[in-house]
Amino acid sequence: MPVDERKESVKLRVRSAAKSFSARKEIFEAVNDVSLDVYENEFLVILGPGQCGKSVLLNMISGLETPTAGTIEFTGGNRNLGFVFQKTAVFPWKTVMENVELAPQIRGVSKAERRKKAQYLIELVGLAGFESAYPRQLSGGMKQRVGIARAYCSDPDILLMDEPFGALDAQTRYQMEEEVLRIWEKEKRTVIFVTNNIEEAVYLGDRIILLSECPARVKAVYPIDLPRPRNQIDPAFLRIRESIEANTDLAL
Amino acid sequence: MEEKAKVRVENLTKAFDDLLVLDNVSFEVKEGDFLCIVGPTGCGKTTFLNLLTKLIEPTSGQILIDGVPADPHKHNISFVFQEPSAFPWLTTQQNLEYGLKIKKIPKKEMEQRVNDIIELLGLERFRNAYPHEMSVSMEQRVVIGRAFAMHPDLLLMDEPYGQMDIKMRYYLEDEVIKLWKATGSTVIFITHNLEEAVYLANRVLVLSNKPASVKAEFQVDLPRPRNVSSPDFIEIRKNITDMIKWW
Repeated sequence: MPVDERKESVKLRVRSAAKSFSARKEIFEAVNDVSLDVYENEFLVILGPGQCGKSVLLNMISGLETPTAGTIEFTGGNRNLGFVFQKTAVFPWKTVMENVELAPQIRGVSKAERRKKAQYLIELVGLAGFESAYPRQLSGGMKQRVGIARAYCSDPDILLMDEPFGALDAQTRYQMEEEVLRIWEKEKRTVIFVTNNIEEAVYLGDRIILLSECPARVKAVYPIDLPRPRNQIDPAFLRIRESIEANTDLAL
Repeated sequence: MEEKAKVRVENLTKAFDDLLVLDNVSFEVKEGDFLCIVGPTGCGKTTFLNLLTKLIEPTSGQILIDGVPADPHKHNISFVFQEPSAFPWLTTQQNLEYGLKIKKIPKKEMEQRVNDIIELLGLERFRNAYPHEMSVSMEQRVVIGRAFAMHPDLLLMDEPYGQMDIKMRYYLEDEVIKLWKATGSTVIFITHNLEEAVYLANRVLVLSNKPASVKAEFQVDLPRPRNVSSPDFIEIRKNITDMIKWW
């Protein structure tokens, strides 16, 4: 197994992570015994049906939730993460530039330095010319681009993306999927991307971790070896999609 | 199958001041047809739907149902929107009965129709449940059942499965086909998802960029249930994608 060779480059190790919540008299189990490794600079997709506990898992990785059991270990030592959420969490009262430069600004980086970096990222995500626009003047896809640039600007070791394109229509979504890969190929990072969309998972992922319905467990791991750029209607692509679909739970 | 035109859209045009949104759109929907409408983002699909529902008036042109101008007082027009819209203070059964009561359907027939829908959808367990006790997908199924219970002259669906995962979508798409076949309703289904359009439709209407006009029509004669990976299916999907791809 090549797993041993890659041990060096593990960025994040999740071991037997579990999370339950007590709701009234019952105990609600959201995540049950999940173990996984995330490798350096890989594009990892966490795929699961609606309301299966994907976001709870992500929140444990980000530190927003504490696991009930198990461990989450960052091999680099500290937790240095960037986030992109489904609901565009850009600040409506700040311009594109002010949103993107936020993290270095909080850290006290000088204006000249952080602006230079933010400008580079704004151009990278295709928003040159919109530096002083406010979010309300932008489309849904453009707001997500701001979110991506802002997440990159904090210089994260790992980029967490929680269904970032869930609220976009199918066609804007295809466009943004191409964009996020283009950006990732230019600025390699470890990405953990959560989605319930199998087609999106196969299009983006180096590896897909398929979760079961709630409580979430790891159901299967799929390495995706298709060359990039991938084609959604290529027979090999559709075969992988079908085999994952057949293995996915229906959460009625 | 009857070949008569149930719905006829004639030279429909809509402008908001200087902004022309719909430009001379004409087409027909046969009785019992399942028509999907696709088009690029922001091309005017919602305006188009609002015209069909008579929520807004066209600048020119008209919509005829059975040869007379569409009129919500005369015709049964049902809608299903992207966000589930079951009445939160009513149970599943009461939601299903709601429109039938307004249309003064006799009690016996109302019970029959409601029971048929509950059986078709397998909702017996949720007959007396309120929307807040259900998942979003369950609630959307109630709303879709409610729309079909009206035996509408025209059923309009605007991206009803937009946010759902694919397994759920397949399940609900098969269910909507089942309801459509059982009730013989005429359906216009708007979606961004081209695979969904080819999976569901007898006919796909492709709209152009704003101002929207009819760019092309595709007849989809594939047998049901359809296989999204079959070469015939992919061919149609690809042809439609090529017509509206801008990215």
